[in-house]
Amino acid sequence: MTAPHAVRKDLMPVREDLMTSTTASTPTESTAAADSATASTPAGSTPAASAAGRATGTSTVVGDGGANTTTGTSGAAGPTGPTADDTTPATSPRAATGPALAHAAHGGSPAGPGASWEELVTTALLGTDRRRPAPEILAPGRDAPTALLDAAALHTVRRRAGLLPASAAARPEPAPRDEREELPEAAARRLAQLLADRSGGPGGGGRRSTVPDLTELLPQWLATANERGYRAPATALPALLDAARARTDLRPGALAFAGPRGLWLARLNPEWRFALRGVSGTATLPDTRDAEGVRRLWDEGLFAERIALLTAVRTRDPAAGLELLASTWSTERAEDRLMFLDSLRTRLSGADEPFLERALADRSRNVRATAAELLSALPDSAFAARMAARAATCVGMDRTGAGQVVAVEAPHECDADMERDGVLAAAPAGRGERSWWLGQLVEAAPLGGWPARLGGRTPEEIVALPVLDGWADELHAAWCRAAVRQRNARWSAALLGPPSASPAASQGSPSLAERAKLLATLPAGERASWVAAFIAAHGLSEAFQLLGVCSVPWAEPLGRAVVDALDIARDAGSYPWSFSGVMGLAERCLDPSEAGRLELLTATPDEPEGASPGAGGYWSEAFQRLVSTLRLREAMLRELTAPSDPPETI
Amino acid sequence: MGRPNVVVMNGPGVRWTTEQVLALAPDDASRKAGGKLSTAGPWSEAGAADGAVWGLCKGSGKKPYQTVVDTAGPAYKCSCPSRKFPCKHALGLLLLWAADERGVTEAEVPEWAGEWLEGRRKRSEEKAAARTGGDAGAAPPADPEAARRRADRRAARITAGATELEQRLTDLLRGGLAAAEQSGYGLWEETAARMVDAQAPGLAGRVRELGAVPGSGPGWPVRLLEESALLHLLTSGWLGLDRLPGPLAATVRTRVGLPSVTEGAPVRDHWLVLAQYDTSDGKLVTRRIRLYGRDSGRSALLLSFGAAGRSPELGLPVGLMIDAEVVPHAGSGALRADWGRQFGPPGPIEGPPPGGSTTDAVEAYGRALRDDPWLDSWPVTLREVVPVPARDGGWQLADADGTSALPLTSAAVARPGLWKLAALSGGGPVSVFGECGHRGFQPLAAWAEDIPGTVPLT
Repeated sequence: MTAPHAVRKDLMPVREDLMTSTTASTPTESTAAADSATASTPAGSTPAASAAGRATGTSTVVGDGGANTTTGTSGAAGPTGPTADDTTPATSPRAATGPALAHAAHGGSPAGPGASWEELVTTALLGTDRRRPAPEILAPGRDAPTALLDAAALHTVRRRAGLLPASAAARPEPAPRDEREELPEAAARRLAQLLADRSGGPGGGGRRSTVPDLTELLPQWLATANERGYRAPATALPALLDAARARTDLRPGALAFAGPRGLWLARLNPEWRFALRGVSGTATLPDTRDAEGVRRLWDEGLFAERIALLTAVRTRDPAAGLELLASTWSTERAEDRLMFLDSLRTRLSGADEPFLERALADRSRNVRATAAELLSALPDSAFAARMAARAATCVGMDRTGAGQVVAVEAPHECDADMERDGVLAAAPAGRGERSWWLGQLVEAAPLGGWPARLGGRTPEEIVALPVLDGWADELHAAWCRAAVRQRNARWSAALLGPPSASPAASQGSPSLAERAKLLATLPAGERASWVAAFIAAHGLSEAFQLLGVCSVPWAEPLGRAVVDALDIARDAGSYPWSFSGVMGLAERCLDPSEAGRLELLTATPDEPEGASPGAGGYWSEAFQRLVSTLRLREAMLRELTAPSDPPETI
Repeated sequence: MGRPNVVVMNGPGVRWTTEQVLALAPDDASRKAGGKLSTAGPWSEAGAADGAVWGLCKGSGKKPYQTVVDTAGPAYKCSCPSRKFPCKHALGLLLLWAADERGVTEAEVPEWAGEWLEGRRKRSEEKAAARTGGDAGAAPPADPEAARRRADRRAARITAGATELEQRLTDLLRGGLAAAEQSGYGLWEETAARMVDAQAPGLAGRVRELGAVPGSGPGWPVRLLEESALLHLLTSGWLGLDRLPGPLAATVRTRVGLPSVTEGAPVRDHWLVLAQYDTSDGKLVTRRIRLYGRDSGRSALLLSFGAAGRSPELGLPVGLMIDAEVVPHAGSGALRADWGRQFGPPGPIEGPPPGGSTTDAVEAYGRALRDDPWLDSWPVTLREVVPVPARDGGWQLADADGTSALPLTSAAVARPGLWKLAALSGGGPVSVFGECGHRGFQPLAAWAEDIPGTVPLT
């Protein structure tokens, strides 16, 4: 057996000895081609001679010694590759079609005693002036560099022709099955289109044209597809994960839609690692009723898996979720405790109180604060009672004057008990300590206690009361936070006040941001009506934030109010881009059935007196865009209609 | 009783998929712009019939653009001033047609569209008639004697260039490759320019690539020696051209840079359009279209060129099958071909072309080297392979039942198509069409058992 060829650094290992055995007839013929080309110089043999050699030179058969030598850098191949036996004449029908060519012209079998490839590279690197090529490759009448090139060409083609596959690396686990229903074809095409447009970026910088911005429709599409329980097409997964990577707002929807195969894929690409930390790992979770599986994952799973598991269990059975968490609570790390505690928000109830009370004594300040926040959302808890008592000592009816005024006496100190109940002692820079403490107490106190404390008044009456010594803003802001935290619609409505009241009216009236949060606690219908009335009274310029919390599609009378307000703005002669924010929202949120009514507005009107020049045309474009977006949304929803839905009655 | 063999598809033809339409776009910007126009909004009078789609698109001007597409070509006509081809209107129209059955309905061809379609069909019939009239009389050179003299002059120039290049290569080997690292890119650039002067663009291209090798990272001496040796093989092939067998001589001529010529009769088949992708060198956009003949089992490569910024004219819908003729070129295993007559609109592909294992693939490449030792890769279909991440950050396609695998080329690993392939497979076996060569495997299209249709990976 001869020493194996040194192998170049290539992607694939090389079938070393193909020239010298009958392993493969075809590659040898390819080198015959190389031969024909190189040999055509005066000193070499003629192509005819080569052909003759092809016909006769079949004698040398060398074993498979070097066949499985691995490559230098890839390291992918091992001695497990196919042996030359795989391609011996007995098993290879091709072997009979053309005999192998023993390479007599270049000093016998190059795989045998001939110059090795490594030798050739070394010589080439140094130059033939400095290092004489191996005698085997020198031919009479050829100067050394030419002979070296001849030999290298032969090697190169031979090696390429004799490539062998590498040996396979360990296979990845197959992706888990996704039992969701296949997406209808039209919807799959739509998704491809929405994802293809993704790189456009919102607005595109230039003037908004008449065509819809597809990027903005993706979240809605995903939400609908998830709601209807469709499976993402496999080929859309990379674009979906890329979209989710670029836009955090898309992540929950996109990852839920991507499902188990998406998660499987994300593990393979470091760029998609974000998907693994997400909370939407539901795909790989065991059935929440499978106690053993749940226990195992809870004990052994990664953090993301555990938090997803806890959320899932908690959603199905709050007590079981709490029990799961309590079982390992003392051994969890502080950051993890914080996140786990946060997941108790799901279906929070009085049953959680004892656990949360204990968490108030936690080592970590953030855990304590979160426990306090959760407890304050339980108005019947002992914690709430303590806070109510504290708040009551600070806020009451003024007994010195006429009696129709609220007096505030902020706490003078933040004692240890208060701190234990999550009150932060240190005020942020720029805030007085006492008002800081007051705010926290009022925020955490159950709102239900105030009517009794303040003379049996209704929330509306309480909100309307004047407050002494300039405490109104502080007090009302705290009540707003309390209403939001305790999701108290009654108080929210009271604090919001009538929609017709000017946003910047009296002291203590909530800011737009506060209003938006308060609105979110109202039932959807009430919310829409309130915002509609607000727009009717104040126009669109302040409505953007409020519209953002309304549920989609906008319920009547909200949609009509927005369209009317846009129409009024147009008639007033201003440019549409002053309203581009609202326009964009309207495109995404208006009920698609409004399209017909809006069609009328797409015509370019005559310019009214004093209008901004050209505004009419721009408005018409903006409305066209609105209409075409609504029509597109309608088509999207139609395409996503579940095939299992009962057909419409005819 | 066998099923009737439908040779020519009639009627409106299949609606294409969004991906097939997007594959026709000349660039990303067009793809995006086309996507924006793919809603019913800007379109009026849109309709489809007999392998044609048309519509009026409202643009910034008063008069809407008239857009017509002949899907059998495909060929496009639009009254917009865009130099992109197809323009965004044609793309938007096709996307609308592909996506929304209600957006584009069957209709009577309007006059403005009919004129062009008619003219086009007439011309293609005339062309076909001319071809059947006899190839000999098709285009006789004006002065055969002058043409021969011109060809001789060019050959003499190339010979002078090849001799010079040969000298340059032996000098390189005499002084050593290590010295080449210092001499840098400039020297090669100059040699490449000399080859352009010698009217041997094929040599010039290879020389330019040589210049880039020393800067290409670890292992460059090996690659430089390989490429120098292959270049040497080519120049010596040219210098001894008269002693080479015919097909090999044709290969050498084409590789050196003489225009590739067609040879032999057109091959009619049901051609599967498996891949279409563009590469650009800054001056020229080269489009490669990979075909597979369902009946002949033959592979074909169509090349189409466009100046920078303009997309090449020929574009075929990936994933469809077309009954058509291609005219093969001489040399290089007769892989390259010209697109010829077409006998009907494209239809769906029934499945991947027949394929084999990873071992079959490298052997096919080895076989192809027999006809053209300068081949970098060869089109093959792999059956039942699984994409597998390798330890070094690369990827492989491994035989589903076996221990062999083909590494993907480093270029393929960097492309988004890889992730599509991985997603499609989900760890299970897929069929993959691609180019197999000494740098590894470059996947171009894939099929999975449970997912209908061809998934383009380019």
